[in-house]
Amino acid sequence: MTNAQLILTVAIIMGATMLTRFLSFLVFPAGRETPAFIRYLGKVLPAAAMAMLVIYCYKGIDLTGGNHGAPELIAGLAVAVLHKWKHSMLLSIGGGTALYLVLIHLVF
Amino acid sequence: MSEKKAAAKAAFPHTIPILTGFLVLGMAYGIYMKALGFSPVVPILISLFVFAGSMQFVAGSVLTGVFAPVSTFFLTLMVNARHVFYGISMLEKYRDLGRKKFPTIFWMCDETFSVNVSADIPEGVDKGWFYFFVSLFDYSYWITGTVLGAVLGQFIPFDTTGVDFAMTALFIVILVGQWEKETSHISTLGGLGISLVCLVIFGAEHFIVASMVGIVLFLTLLRRPIERRLEE
Repeated sequence: MTNAQLILTVAIIMGATMLTRFLSFLVFPAGRETPAFIRYLGKVLPAAAMAMLVIYCYKGIDLTGGNHGAPELIAGLAVAVLHKWKHSMLLSIGGGTALYLVLIHLVF
Repeated sequence: MSEKKAAAKAAFPHTIPILTGFLVLGMAYGIYMKALGFSPVVPILISLFVFAGSMQFVAGSVLTGVFAPVSTFFLTLMVNARHVFYGISMLEKYRDLGRKKFPTIFWMCDETFSVNVSADIPEGVDKGWFYFFVSLFDYSYWITGTVLGAVLGQFIPFDTTGVDFAMTALFIVILVGQWEKETSHISTLGGLGISLVCLVIFGAEHFIVASMVGIVLFLTLLRRPIERRLEE
């Protein structure tokens, strides 16, 4: 790739990324009444989107080989249990991440 | 204390897990791009202008390949499609941001979305400035990480592998919090189930777009019962 092509490629990636971010706001501007169906989606979608995001984090694990994703699954479960139990964000995230580091560096 | 300062102070603690994750991931990105042979300026500019973690790693291999503008455009749309969901979810919350609206939307990412959609903002703190500062802080962590990795990557004396699990942990914590707050679990369960099934069928590369279509169909078909539950 020449330098000009490189810059153009980065510009395209930037433009397409911005499009994904701004699309909803451009199609449904603040000044106009948002259709009831979209308002409904705006209310119920966040829950499903967060769920999808958690699955997204697990997309790289291989259940059939290696350590079968055990460190990710065990540490993830620990985060959920810790959070249900103590409701301390820093404890759940810090504890879960520490456990994950121990699992991947020392156990598996 | 000024309105801005109060909002920044309320926002910062929410971004601490992201501070850890983004510094490490940003550094990994800077090091990765350097290993591909780019000068440090390239990853830093990409982080400044694109600011999309997984897409930036993909961009590394795109930029080392042949020039393909059209397929690059569509590849980027696919990798970042989930932003559309975040946009629809934040339509109301970001409605009245005024001049802060452009940067706040420009800085939208998984992590910022997860905090801004779920945070209980304290009474008296301006919501708009809170959203703005969460977005700005996260963006600055990513840039800082990239600069560190691109400039001094080879001098980092410890193994940071696995520290980015903090991001996964953050999302799980928010999911648990959401689960405890919601009056109906239909959307959460639907999101989990559909994404999981799509991941199994379509694989890691392609499951997001399929999941998004599936989730919208699911929520459309179940609109009546879900709305009835929400009204109870």
